[in-house]
Amino acid sequence: MNLQDTPQDNPMTAEGYTTPDGRKIGGVLMEMRNITLRFGGVKAITDISFDIREGEIRAIIGPNGAGKSSMLNVISGFYVPQEGEVWFRGRKRPPMKPYQVARQGIARTFQNIALFEGMSVLDNIMTGRLTLMKSGILQQAMWWGRAEREETEHREKVEKIIDFLEIQHIRKTPVGRLPYGLKKRVELARALAAEPRLLLLDEPMAGMNVEEKEDMSRFILDVNDEFGTTIALIEHDMGVVMDLSDRVVVMDYGKKIGDGTPDEVRNNQAVIDAYLGVAHD
Amino acid sequence: MPDTFFYALEVSLNGLMAGVMYSLVALGFVLIFKASGIFNYAQGVLALFAALTLVGLQNGQVPFAHLINAVFGTSIHGFGWQLPGIIAILLTALVMVGLAILIERYILKHLVNQEPIILFMATIGLAYFLEGLGDVMWGADIKKLDVGLPQGISDAIESTTYEWFGYGFFIDRLDMVAAVVAALLVASLTLFSQYTKYGRALRAVADDHQAALSVGISLRFIWVLVWSIAGFVALVAGIMWGSKSGVQFSLSLIALKALPVLMLGGFTSIPGAIVGGLIIGMGEKLFEFFIGPLVGGATENWFAYVLALLFLVFRPQGLFGEKIIERV
Ligand SMILES: Nc1ncnc2c1ncn2[C@@H]1O[C@H](COP(=O)(O)OP(=O)(O)OP(=O)(O)O)[C@@H](O)[C@H]1O
Ligand SMILES: [Mg+2]
Repeated sequence: MNLQDTPQDNPMTAEGYTTPDGRKIGGVLMEMRNITLRFGGVKAITDISFDIREGEIRAIIGPNGAGKSSMLNVISGFYVPQEGEVWFRGRKRPPMKPYQVARQGIARTFQNIALFEGMSVLDNIMTGRLTLMKSGILQQAMWWGRAEREETEHREKVEKIIDFLEIQHIRKTPVGRLPYGLKKRVELARALAAEPRLLLLDEPMAGMNVEEKEDMSRFILDVNDEFGTTIALIEHDMGVVMDLSDRVVVMDYGKKIGDGTPDEVRNNQAVIDAYLGVAHD
Repeated sequence: MPDTFFYALEVSLNGLMAGVMYSLVALGFVLIFKASGIFNYAQGVLALFAALTLVGLQNGQVPFAHLINAVFGTSIHGFGWQLPGIIAILLTALVMVGLAILIERYILKHLVNQEPIILFMATIGLAYFLEGLGDVMWGADIKKLDVGLPQGISDAIESTTYEWFGYGFFIDRLDMVAAVVAALLVASLTLFSQYTKYGRALRAVADDHQAALSVGISLRFIWVLVWSIAGFVALVAGIMWGSKSGVQFSLSLIALKALPVLMLGGFTSIPGAIVGGLIIGMGEKLFEFFIGPLVGGATENWFAYVLALLFLVFRPQGLFGEKIIERV
């Protein structure tokens, strides 16, 4: 139903919709309009538009090198597209640095994990709350009342996230010593600690075994369910994508070749061709 | 015989105290290196600049007086005030923050993502610029600095140790103050970095820039913060050293001793900077005392560098530095 390329033609732009499992999805939270991103001569993204709705789990899929991570980097401000507009919460976003995007309530994880390896799990997750801490530099330096109270409050929130993601046993462990699967989980915890409006996950399950994948899927669903967090995620495992996501954008060679519910996407000929490796013309 | 023993002990104590100065300069250096990977050649000159500014502000010197007089034919010399030490120190701390902001805006901002060697060259340029600026602003003469720190040999220690050991130790009271202040400084820096949000942000940036950006940390703010702290540490070093031997341009030479200290202690370790400074301070005094006479003296000029060289060969990561592992 909505494989159109421009959001203006998108029949769902106004209200929102109800998912098959009965969750209410709201209006547009983030909208990418005609994004084009080049690296020198290489076009990583070519004229792509799509939206992400309030409360939705939105997947971005596609073969290797399709431009998925690049798209996430555009959303989070790490890459600046040559063309196109980014709209967030109904406003066109001026060019922003990644830290400014983060302060707008957009948190992310990285495909190759970017944690503070020398810091403990607890400290890593605490950094996620930096944007929410209000006391000024002098108060902090003198450890005046507000700074101390703030630290305690934020510690409590972080402990809740630690419980939620079941990583109590490694709270004090330096992140550098953790196995890969747990690192991925800590990175998710740090992103969650920011209480984001929009959570971006770049291959949250890559390199995990089946059991770890199941855990991670459950966490993602729970985050969306309990906190109402909007999530955009990149994932290669089709089974996982079909289970988790409400709508899917499919990219191939920097272009959008499909956009719709998992069922729609699965039956889309262009998508099938891309995944079966049918030659491009 | 016991007298030689006590004398050697006294020499090493005095060496320790001298080492505190090296430690302070090395500490400022480590702070910047850890956070940004910048090898800040200007750290010693920062201390000199801070001390010059402190004296100038305290004595109500008009900055650039010489220049102004030469250009306009005036003869301005001073504002005619004398500030209390603590006020002058606070004002100088503000100047150092202002300097950090300027350094970020006019140097660092334009050099992001450059090779470390480029940044290193920039700090060499900065060092000579600041040295010249200090000269033009405040004049090149040796200045007396007195912010009210105790001076002279401690009589109490001399008489007590004489009673106990039959040997009176000569310990400079200023050195003792310097040691206490340095200890307090390190303790508060550690608390700041462990338990405050800015400290955590500093550690985060030191660990991984990309991850730091993703949690909303502004790198430009962190550069200003870390250069301000380094400027403050430089101010402390400048006060101690200036109170002891007057504010003069040779400080930037003493500051060069911070280099062997860093090779000993490791470029990224705060405890390393402190212990390294103490070892070098004490080592060079003892070496001069025992070996100096055999080799014609003046060993203090080279001892630190040779010790550092030995460390480079046998333990390149320093005493406390993280082991250097090539990532493949
Ligand atoms: N920083 C960069 N500099 C130059 N080229 C880049 C950069 N980042 C991405 N590219 C190029 O853009 C294209 C898309 O890369 P991207 O990482 O977005 O793909 P992806 O869909 O995430 O692939 P994967 O599934 O392997 O993670 C690739 O050709 C890649 O080489
Ligand atoms: Mg990718």
